[in-house]
Amino acid sequence: MTNEEIRQAVIDILSDISPEEDLENLDDNTPFRDQLSLDSMDVMDIILELRKRYRVNIPEEDYGKLDTMTNTVAYLEPSLKEM
Amino acid sequence: MYDAVIIGAGMSGLAAGIRMAHYDKKVCILERHKMIGGLNSYYRQGGRNYDVGLHALTNYAKKGAKTGPLVRLLRHLRMKWEELALIPQIGSSVAFPGMRLHFTNDIAHLEAEIRKKFPSQIDGFRRMIGELADYDQLGLGASGGSARQFVSRHLTDPLLIEMLFCPLLFYGGARENDMEFGQFCIMFRSIFLEGFSRPYNGVRLILQKLLDRFKRLGGELRLRSGVRQIVAKDSTARKIILDDGSEIEAKNIVSSAGWRETMNLCQVQQHSPQIPSGQLSFIETISVLDTQPKKFGHEKTIVFYNDSPVFTYKKPQQPVDLRSGVICSPNNFAYDKPLGEGMVRITSLANHDCWVSLDEEAYRLEKHRAYDRAVESAVRFIPDFRRHVIDTDMFTPLTIRRFTGHENGAIYGAPEKKYDGRTHLDNLFVCGTDQGMVGIIGSIVSGITIANKYLLGGNL
Ligand SMILES: Cc1cc2nc3c(=O)[nH]c(=O)nc-3n(C[C@H](O)[C@H](O)[C@H](O)COP(=O)(O)OP(=O)(O)OC[C@H]3O[C@@H](n4cnc5c(N)ncnc54)[C@H](O)[C@@H]3O)c2cc1C
Repeated sequence: MTNEEIRQAVIDILSDISPEEDLENLDDNTPFRDQLSLDSMDVMDIILELRKRYRVNIPEEDYGKLDTMTNTVAYLEPSLKEM
Repeated sequence: MYDAVIIGAGMSGLAAGIRMAHYDKKVCILERHKMIGGLNSYYRQGGRNYDVGLHALTNYAKKGAKTGPLVRLLRHLRMKWEELALIPQIGSSVAFPGMRLHFTNDIAHLEAEIRKKFPSQIDGFRRMIGELADYDQLGLGASGGSARQFVSRHLTDPLLIEMLFCPLLFYGGARENDMEFGQFCIMFRSIFLEGFSRPYNGVRLILQKLLDRFKRLGGELRLRSGVRQIVAKDSTARKIILDDGSEIEAKNIVSSAGWRETMNLCQVQQHSPQIPSGQLSFIETISVLDTQPKKFGHEKTIVFYNDSPVFTYKKPQQPVDLRSGVICSPNNFAYDKPLGEGMVRITSLANHDCWVSLDEEAYRLEKHRAYDRAVESAVRFIPDFRRHVIDTDMFTPLTIRRFTGHENGAIYGAPEKKYDGRTHLDNLFVCGTDQGMVGIIGSIVSGITIANKYLLGGNL
């Protein structure tokens, strides 16, 4: 997957989880939690969806690295670029 | 071998099942009854549809809302707001002798009422709301303590205190006369800050949506499959024995049967006495009318009434406590088109043991008597609708116990809650009423939370 595809994959998950959020104007360098109303259970849901859809396992100590879109794509890149 | 077996196809069990199935877990829900729904179900009688349970959904949120329990529920079940299409209430009230407080889904309305009718209390009331709004909604890790103590730090007028407790206790009180502080915050928010609503088609619609979703995701539901025993070795549940003697194995078990009920399935006496059993049960009368309630001047969605300045929320000594109750009319929500028939439902506190001690004939007679007297009591607070009644039904604590297995017919379960959902076995968890989340929305959120926290999180 290209970085653009990875980004789209994350957007798809976000819009399945919270269709009422405005994702078109998401700023990639601002933390998700400052722009979207996601709580810790939603964050876990995103991680579960990534595992379900792309078989990426994210250990709990890394959850904090998924704070912005840019950081999330960077984190996922090594696992997803071969897909 | 299942990844998870869920005991009970009520709201919480179905929700937990959906979460598991969504993440491709092999999951089976075992339900003793021949129908789903548990405390919130439906039936057909004499050509009419009846709902059990549902007066109103609490925790109303408008379309597009981004926080709150309803939003959490929709998100985690991947449902669209439109699927429930909740219709807000018109307006409800708490009626005590000489005093009525009206409220809607907008807290400003209740504040205005308090400013007008209890002017000395308004500042304390606002302060109290500020404090409890901060309280964590998740229920996991909630703190004990008495709600009455908390409230008395902010309010001094005993009548106002009673009037505020009345709806909260009726819709979620598992303890006599008081609530745990955490429970109070949850209930206050769900009723006064967020408020009531109902889908046009009632509880059927909610259950149908949950069941469709569960099945479409590949979940398995077995009706008429009561669990007789949970067999454990060391500190792990190994297998489940059904009423018919057959056996099932699962990596994890989630039970919505109630705390003590689940401990009984494990046959552990040393764990169950620590939590006393719930004592608070109810009767409900249902009156079908030949007209819409507003035609005879009844437009309130729900009326909580009490005929003296002090509200007693206790197991009565007689079959029914006629002094107080809840009157709900499913017609009185802001629908675009009216419901087909008018209906009034009245709920009052009842004594389970009294009802159980009656033989069949006496039980039937007592039901008739209780119907008449409950309605007679209620029409002191709303217009008399008796000449419009064309059909009636009624249920008692015995009905509740028979169809849901809850000890003493205690709708809100045990007086102490197991907020973390854990048991003495490392792969057995409880969800629903005894995990601390009551009501329809609460129990669905409970099922979701327990599945997320213990069955989906961490190292799968
Ligand atoms: C009269 C009445 C009015 C109510 N009004 C409202 C309202 O207006 N608004 C609101 O939000 N809530 C209301 N409630 C409360 C709401 O119905 C409950 O809080 C909610 O449905 C509880 O769901 P649950 O999943 O925790 O438990 P349950 O619905 O009790 O689910 C447990 C299930 O487990 C099954 N079971 C038990 N033991 C076994 C076993 N050993 N093996 C297999 N299956 C088993 C039972 O049959 C049941 O189906 C009302 C309830 C009643 C009874």
